[in-house]
Amino acid sequence: MSMAVAANEHREELRESRFGFWRRSYAMVVKESIQLRRDRVSFAMIVMIPVMQLLLFGYAINTTPHNLPTAVLLQEDTDLGRSILKALENTDYFRFTRQVHDVDEFDNLLKSGKVLFGVEIPRGFERAVRRGDHPALLVAADATDPIAASSALGSLSVVVQTALDHDLFTGDPPSLPFEIRAHARYNPAASSRLNIVPGLVGTILTMTMLIFTALSVTREIERGTMESLLSMPIKPVEVMFGKIIPYVLVGFIQAALILGIGVLLFGVPVLGSMALLALLTTLFITTNLSIGYTFSTVVQNQLQAMQMSMMFFLPSILLSGFMFPFAGMPVWARYVGEGLPLTHYVRIIRAIMLRGATMQNLQYDSLVLIGLMLLAMTIAVTRFRRTLD
Amino acid sequence: MNAAAPIAIDVKGLTKSFEGREVVHELSMQVKRGSIYGFLGPNGSGKTTTIRMLCGLLTPDRGEGTCLGFDIRRDADKIKRRVGYMTQRFSLYQDLSVRENLEFVARLYGVADARGTAREMIKRLGLSGREEQLAGDLSGGWKQRLALGACTLPNPQLLLLDEPTAGVDPKARRDFWNEIHALAGQGLTVLVSTHYMDEAERCHEIAYIAYGHLLAHGSVDDVIAKSRLTTYTVTGDDLQALSEKLAGQPGIDMVAPFGTSLHVSGRDQAALESSIMPWRDKPALHWQKAAPSLEDVFIELMGRSKDNFQ
Repeated sequence: MSMAVAANEHREELRESRFGFWRRSYAMVVKESIQLRRDRVSFAMIVMIPVMQLLLFGYAINTTPHNLPTAVLLQEDTDLGRSILKALENTDYFRFTRQVHDVDEFDNLLKSGKVLFGVEIPRGFERAVRRGDHPALLVAADATDPIAASSALGSLSVVVQTALDHDLFTGDPPSLPFEIRAHARYNPAASSRLNIVPGLVGTILTMTMLIFTALSVTREIERGTMESLLSMPIKPVEVMFGKIIPYVLVGFIQAALILGIGVLLFGVPVLGSMALLALLTTLFITTNLSIGYTFSTVVQNQLQAMQMSMMFFLPSILLSGFMFPFAGMPVWARYVGEGLPLTHYVRIIRAIMLRGATMQNLQYDSLVLIGLMLLAMTIAVTRFRRTLD
Repeated sequence: MNAAAPIAIDVKGLTKSFEGREVVHELSMQVKRGSIYGFLGPNGSGKTTTIRMLCGLLTPDRGEGTCLGFDIRRDADKIKRRVGYMTQRFSLYQDLSVRENLEFVARLYGVADARGTAREMIKRLGLSGREEQLAGDLSGGWKQRLALGACTLPNPQLLLLDEPTAGVDPKARRDFWNEIHALAGQGLTVLVSTHYMDEAERCHEIAYIAYGHLLAHGSVDDVIAKSRLTTYTVTGDDLQALSEKLAGQPGIDMVAPFGTSLHVSGRDQAALESSIMPWRDKPALHWQKAAPSLEDVFIELMGRSKDNFQ
């Protein structure tokens, strides 16, 4: 008897090591999906939260940010050019962070969102002014965030006057010797909805995804089902995947819902690749689910889980650049913001939808999201208590 | 190979404290394969904690041992795969149907045909027609059957049942025990904790645990014999008054009413007999020396352990 049993056990162990992980994760996914389907209130939340928020946030929050990062493309080095730049800087709206040397670099910086403005002083500018050729000085603005761009653009006419006062051109207005040509790129009408809708996708996903998984482990403990679950041969990673995967789909539905309403009701465009947006949205959803799940392995009960989610959600809303322009925040707040997934996703989705950015422009933010996700998962798996001790 | 070992559970010196309070103290026990082992003791005596340590849900502070030949500290995963644990509180998913619960368990254990196995189990449990009902909507008796079904479904070698029949009607209890005996007949080892004396008597072996200490173990007859208890039963008039007078007399450890009779027990037979002497010849009372029942033994053990450990 014992030989047969031994062979049997051996086979069992083998099968265990090969398919056990997928099989048990699958069992968990099926279970969680059924439970989600039965939970009518949660199900209603999935639809209600985005619709409500979207309608509430249809209106913009106003502010006038300062010290916005600006790139300078200086094609000639002259007194007039310098005094114009000085005058621009003196408005407090612009802060020159990059000096670039060609138009491509200039465009790329704007496209990737590293700067909000670009100032180009063309070759032969001063000479043209002296000759009375009325040349153009280009100020390009990333107007995806109209709040950030509009007040700065509004200050331009003052700049012209200041620059003139400083230099040799006194006494000859009314006709200006040169023209400042402002380009409001990507969002020419400066519609704040264009900016709000993509950000809202991220905000709503943060809120719902966080809460769904933050409650998942504590719910098992409070309903007493954890004892059964732990007495069965399932590993922490499998429990985690089982609890995360069904909600990836939920997050996807929500994102589609918000974007759908955004496009239909507010006419928000999607300039970039839909596939890229879907891919990075999935990454963002999974990152949030992992963080929520991590909370649920740390807290004692569902109330604490909710509180912890709120603690995370508030800074996400305020410091991510969703409500207030990221570049206008103090340094410490920007450091905090860099640690929040929403910050990176807001950049990603605005870049894709409004500026048609490609993966190349978004590598940094995508990598940070992956890093945060892996970090959260690691903490969750190590924190998950395998016993009732 | 471990499957052939004659001992299913073999633990020594298990100790577990929660927040400085020792719940299980130096507990050692052996359970033979294929036997039904009853685990008795008052509430809070450490039965559940012991069971949880056996299946790897709790780590003992001290002590060691094996369960199905696997070390309870190191091989919790292997033990879990071979043990069915039925918790005291219903711990399957209330918002999943009977079928979905069983399929979940089947998939977790890697049963080849999860749907088919679940369907068969539903038939075996007599739950046909209720398979789509939510587990939370089942009555107590059905919940208990479902829980037993769920923990036997992956063909375990050992069943750990924590007060499986609490709050279940007598008919359902009897059916349940018939099922347990059938399973033991197939070679399964069953460790079951209970409060009911009639259930204890259906076990091959029993252990009595109070305040974390294992006080007595062996077959029912062994436990009764080892108690050295002398018991007299009295019938007659005004037993309540008699009971009050007898309680606390030298040699009388326990006076307990049983229907129309009174059980008077003590470990010191001579002292007991001299204490009841004044009432022996009362014509209204009828005295008879009797074998102590398991319940007498347990109530006496419980009273004694209270003095010793509390």
